[in-house]
Amino acid sequence: MLPADTALPLYEKRRGVYPKAVDGFYRRLKWAIMAVTLAIYWVTPWIRWDRGPYAPDQAVLVDLAHRRFYMFAIEIWPHEFYYVAGLLIMAGIGLFLVTSAVGRAWCGYACPQTVWTDLYQHVERFIDGDRNAQIRLAKASWTPAKLVRRLTKWSVWLAIAFATGGAWIFYFADAPSLQRAFWTGTAAPTAYATVALLTATTFILGGFMREQVCIYMCPWPRIQTAMLDETSLVVTYKDWRGEQRASLKKAQAAPGDFGDCIDCNQCVAVCPTGIDIREGPQVGCITCALCIDACDQVMAQIGRPRGLIDYCTQDDAEAEKRGAPSRPVLKTLLRPRTLAYLAGWSGIGAAMLFALGARTRVDIAAQQDRNPIFVALSDGAIRNAYTVKLRNMEARPRPMEVSVEGLADAQLWTDTMVRERARPVIRTMVPADSVAKLRIFIAAPPTGPQRQDFAFTVRATDHEGGGDREDARFERPQ
Amino acid sequence: MADAQDKKIDAATGTALKGHEWDGIAELDTPLPRWWLWTFYATIVFAVGYVIAYPAIPMLTDYTRGMLGWSSRGALDKELAAREAQVAPLHKVIAERAITDLPGRPRLMQAAVEGGRAAFKVHCVQCHGSGAAGARGYPNLNDDDWLWGGDLATIEKTITDGVRNPDHDATRQSMMPAFGRDQLLTAAQVDDVVAHVRVISHQDKASPAAQRGAQLFADNCAVCHGADGKGNRTLGAPNLTDGIWLYGGDADTIRQTVWNSRQGVMPRWDDKLDKATIRMLAAYVHSLGGGEATTAAAETADDVAR
Repeated sequence: MLPADTALPLYEKRRGVYPKAVDGFYRRLKWAIMAVTLAIYWVTPWIRWDRGPYAPDQAVLVDLAHRRFYMFAIEIWPHEFYYVAGLLIMAGIGLFLVTSAVGRAWCGYACPQTVWTDLYQHVERFIDGDRNAQIRLAKASWTPAKLVRRLTKWSVWLAIAFATGGAWIFYFADAPSLQRAFWTGTAAPTAYATVALLTATTFILGGFMREQVCIYMCPWPRIQTAMLDETSLVVTYKDWRGEQRASLKKAQAAPGDFGDCIDCNQCVAVCPTGIDIREGPQVGCITCALCIDACDQVMAQIGRPRGLIDYCTQDDAEAEKRGAPSRPVLKTLLRPRTLAYLAGWSGIGAAMLFALGARTRVDIAAQQDRNPIFVALSDGAIRNAYTVKLRNMEARPRPMEVSVEGLADAQLWTDTMVRERARPVIRTMVPADSVAKLRIFIAAPPTGPQRQDFAFTVRATDHEGGGDREDARFERPQ
Repeated sequence: MADAQDKKIDAATGTALKGHEWDGIAELDTPLPRWWLWTFYATIVFAVGYVIAYPAIPMLTDYTRGMLGWSSRGALDKELAAREAQVAPLHKVIAERAITDLPGRPRLMQAAVEGGRAAFKVHCVQCHGSGAAGARGYPNLNDDDWLWGGDLATIEKTITDGVRNPDHDATRQSMMPAFGRDQLLTAAQVDDVVAHVRVISHQDKASPAAQRGAQLFADNCAVCHGADGKGNRTLGAPNLTDGIWLYGGDADTIRQTVWNSRQGVMPRWDDKLDKATIRMLAAYVHSLGGGEATTAAAETADDVAR
């Protein structure tokens, strides 16, 4: 609280946050989620996936240089980027779904900022000791001993940051060869710059910015504020049970006069964002639930039921205040809003899966020469020229046949043939996972509509088959 | 900073209020975090450094150049020089090989065609048009009708030496007489020749005038255009029996052509362009659809595999 007569500071110094170690159900859940998410992050680029001799064998690869996105059995071309857009939309709706079901669970458990900060704080406790030792050390003057501790801590942080930034680049190139190139100094400058940048951001955001990222920099808490309602799960201090607070001694002296909260301040001590949950829901609360663990321990010690601080919706809190029994958390999950998000989320997912299964891996595109639109030939025939692109999206070379539909007496030839060898069908071999560009000339009799619609068709002639067609136009002089 | 005494304190948050209010909604005067301030100072330091290092401040006649001496024009010059250096070996290869080697080397051919496409846009479009479709008196280079020949070597020769280029001995030269103006034929005879040409080009049916014209054609025109009127490429004499006319195939235009003759000129390019550029231009013109094979072997297989 700011006394009214002091000058208001324009800028606020960061208050130190030294969260205390705690054990309990949610802490263990966080350990498990941290292990899984970090493992996914570090292991994924090293998983191999055999795609034959014409495509990379990395299971997950964002190949920016060649404009391909590989994810296990799925390969996405740039023109199929709507799958990535779909994934992003699913991620967005997924966040809505999670928020409406379990509140800010993303922030509290799975957000990289939370996971890495958690890891960094663990390192900090390992080197500096727990909360009280950390506070003492922060206040201590810069003795050699403190310097050694600080340097040790920063080195370990930096090593983690480097491993974090370093792993990122492996998603964008073949991991084993990039690693060799990286250590021998022959990788692309972009790789080193990316690693340096991400090392720096991890070091700063995980080591020093921490909860400031959540409170000042991240837009998601603002959106979430609008998404939470009275039926959302939030970490709640049950003040009707806890108040009037008193020390354990006082409370034991006069049981009945005081609530369960013995004002031990453990919930504040363990909080990674340094807030006091007893002040009610606030933007600083990322619902990591560590205060629940801390309070449950204390309640067990003083022989009171657990859950003075607990996950609870605002509606249930009101009901409990009036004397209703507390409702199991799981029962709050199923409600129309959550189901609507779930329907939207799974609907998009199912549609994408269907589209992925039904997509054809052969594609044709034709562009007519616009200058000149037509050429009169010496025998009176009219010639139009087209740039035809055949897309082979399979990781193996495929034989294909191009022909036309709806253009009578058409002669087709390419720029490596002569008109005397023209034929109704052009055969070509399209290399693996690439686009073949053909320049196709078509000659047709001068009699006919000035603008005649027809279609190019392509057919893969190997056992798998498949094909595509593209509307085009043949133009004649007036 | 405003008078601290005037500030009201918001009871719920303990933060000072800005002091203004809209419909009962007041604004908190939340202090910015200190790190934000340092970030702001860092941008100022960066800006000062930028102004010292790079061109920044406009002056009356000039501008501050910056310590690094960077300029966008200088950057462009560097990029252009780098591009020149990059294509120089390619141009060397193209200039040193025989042009008839190109079709057997698809990648080299493709590079030559693309280089020619760029050069065409600079040097040739003024007459032949941006699509090389020509105009009246300027041949369409897309079609399969050639005055002097449509294989690579012949096209290259035409570009190198030009057509009826004055003061150049090697230029392609042919002179059609002005049959009417120089009184080699009478007006009636010219009409008869025109009638004959209209018949052999399948535009008119046979007529007595055309029959008279056939004899006149054999006596006066066949020496260049051939007895059957199919032209002679060594002389640049056009084929009169096909569907393509440089100036027009209607009776009036043909009459004008026979009466006055036509003396179209194309400049020589060997004194303006290097050998590689001319060769690339030939490859480009050849690729437009009417290019003729030098030998039968130059044609690749039916199946186009690239």
